[in-house]
Amino acid sequence: MLEGMLIGLQTALSLKMILVVIGGCLIGTFIGMLPGLGPMSIIAIMIPIAISMGDPSAALILLAGVYYGAIFGGSTSSILLNAPGVAGTVATSFDGYPMTQQGKAGKALTIAAIASFCGGTIGAILLMIFAPMLSSVALLFHSAEYFALMVVGLSAIAAFAGTGQVAKAIMMTTLGLIMATVGEGALFNLPRFTMGIMDLQSGFGFITLAMAMFALPEALFLVLKPREMKDSGSGDIKDMRITRAEAWAIAPVIGRQSLQGFFIGVLPGAGATIASFLGYAVERNIATKEEQELFGKGSIKGLAAPETANNAACTGSFVPLLTLGIPGSGTTAILLGALIALNVTPGPRLMIDEPQIFWAVIISMYIGNLVLLVLNLPLIPYIAKVLMVPRNYLIPFILFFTLMGAYIGQNNATELLILVGFGICATALKFADYPLAPLLIGFILGGMLEDNFSRSMQLYDGIGFVWERPMTMGLLIIAAILIVLPSYRTRRAKSRQAGVADGD
Amino acid sequence: MALDRWIALILLGICLAYGYAAWFTMDEGLAPFMQRNPIWPSTFPKALSVLGAGAAFITLFGLEKSEVKVGDIDYRRLHEYKLGQAIALLALMVIYALTLRPFGFLVATSGFLIIGAFILGERKWHVMIPVGVIAAFSVWYLVSQVLEIYMRPLPGFLLGLGG
Repeated sequence: MLEGMLIGLQTALSLKMILVVIGGCLIGTFIGMLPGLGPMSIIAIMIPIAISMGDPSAALILLAGVYYGAIFGGSTSSILLNAPGVAGTVATSFDGYPMTQQGKAGKALTIAAIASFCGGTIGAILLMIFAPMLSSVALLFHSAEYFALMVVGLSAIAAFAGTGQVAKAIMMTTLGLIMATVGEGALFNLPRFTMGIMDLQSGFGFITLAMAMFALPEALFLVLKPREMKDSGSGDIKDMRITRAEAWAIAPVIGRQSLQGFFIGVLPGAGATIASFLGYAVERNIATKEEQELFGKGSIKGLAAPETANNAACTGSFVPLLTLGIPGSGTTAILLGALIALNVTPGPRLMIDEPQIFWAVIISMYIGNLVLLVLNLPLIPYIAKVLMVPRNYLIPFILFFTLMGAYIGQNNATELLILVGFGICATALKFADYPLAPLLIGFILGGMLEDNFSRSMQLYDGIGFVWERPMTMGLLIIAAILIVLPSYRTRRAKSRQAGVADGD
Repeated sequence: MALDRWIALILLGICLAYGYAAWFTMDEGLAPFMQRNPIWPSTFPKALSVLGAGAAFITLFGLEKSEVKVGDIDYRRLHEYKLGQAIALLALMVIYALTLRPFGFLVATSGFLIIGAFILGERKWHVMIPVGVIAAFSVWYLVSQVLEIYMRPLPGFLLGLGG
């Protein structure tokens, strides 16, 4: 482990990698600040650049930097404009924006940056502890367990989709899995479901799909409904210092939320958004009566809690990605897709086979957090100027980069037409409140899921592996419970309500 | 019927068509030695078609109760938003895809950026044109010179390629 860490340190501390981290964080902050563009779109747009760098460590470090930067940029627009760029930073605006209205924008940004830094750094330490442990357990897994584990991951994503949304999320996941079967698979060496179209021989392009699912609908939403860009004094961000008393007040919040956020981030399907809302709720509940009054009106605790939690959760979401090769969120699914495109298969062997990638990513997380604190924070007043770029120029550029991302990867203009077509479908799905992340996760996991399923079927000569391997059985039962539980709970809640009404 | 149920209907159709292909057409051409395998190319798709059709069915008939949520954009009042601009931009993207090869990257991209800004209501030509042209050129330079991915910069006849 120590040796691996040293290799990782050597890789991550080279001048090139440091520049990559800084670049990634800056780009992420820049774009993440634009309201309406989430980290998934930004990462999708950055993938072709990352892949063309050719070096998997550099690519993953760049994308991870962009991810952090985007979350940080999202908090900035939440605080300054009450316009969260990212769902994970909505909770930040609850107390961040009131602080701006009170003329304490500088202080709010500093608290957000410190909280993000601590959350990210503590998260990275926990990642360093837990990832190798989980990796060594995962090495005992066979294809059958992998199959079951992926089913658990996909079910968890569906289960976390929200009330009344489980069937839709399952539908989307299945659609993703169906799309993954199009084209020539490695296992059977024969084209499936191509309908004789040559362009489908190699399947749908992952980058095209990622762009169509996230970047294009978000850009179209910006066109359809221009957001009000009120300048609420972001031009005069001053007094960025915080007092000692304030630091003492937020320290325990940061400690608690780093842990809580990290573990929520590890769970598939939960991620930064849930972590930040839960963090906010927990801190409000355990605060004293007077402090509770302040929540929602500019409480520094209410600002620090979601900021710490969402960054810790971002780091936590790397645990299943790096150790099991199973993404728990849309963002990590995109990262997984990028890694596969670079011929790296994340999973328990990653730490052993390619320690430089594994450790370089973790170490670059520290560097990334440091960059955000020491470089981005002082630059914020200047970066905030990007919010003033007129929408008329911004949107064509976003659309252009979306197109470019799909074009560079394949060098094929047909891909652009597929992109537009899927983009329109994705926008319609978004209108009807279908979650889009499960589709992409299903698409990316589809190939692996089928491979592991087929391998276990061949080894056990049939479906027998399900009951012959207790761990597989256990995992599949967990998956079933995850799917059934949300609807059971709604039903029970409803019957209870009905009971009360009858009694009254 | 609400949009989400219409979509569920379409998805049900897709799953049924997919299922038909998997259950009834895929196994015919299977080589004899593969037929003895416990797993066929159609096994996984068969399972998926059942799962997908089931989930679509649940949404279609509203078996899973959910409250009606109005998201960022209420599609029932779509005409109140800037629908024209969105459709024009989508059309522009299609045109861009079709003209990228014949017109070359620089012409197509500058055109896309300038017309895109125009569609959104920008009328300052003295800003739009330089921004579009400079951006197109810088991206082309980055992609072809730094990332070394070839993109034909100008129309074929200008490069002596005969169209």
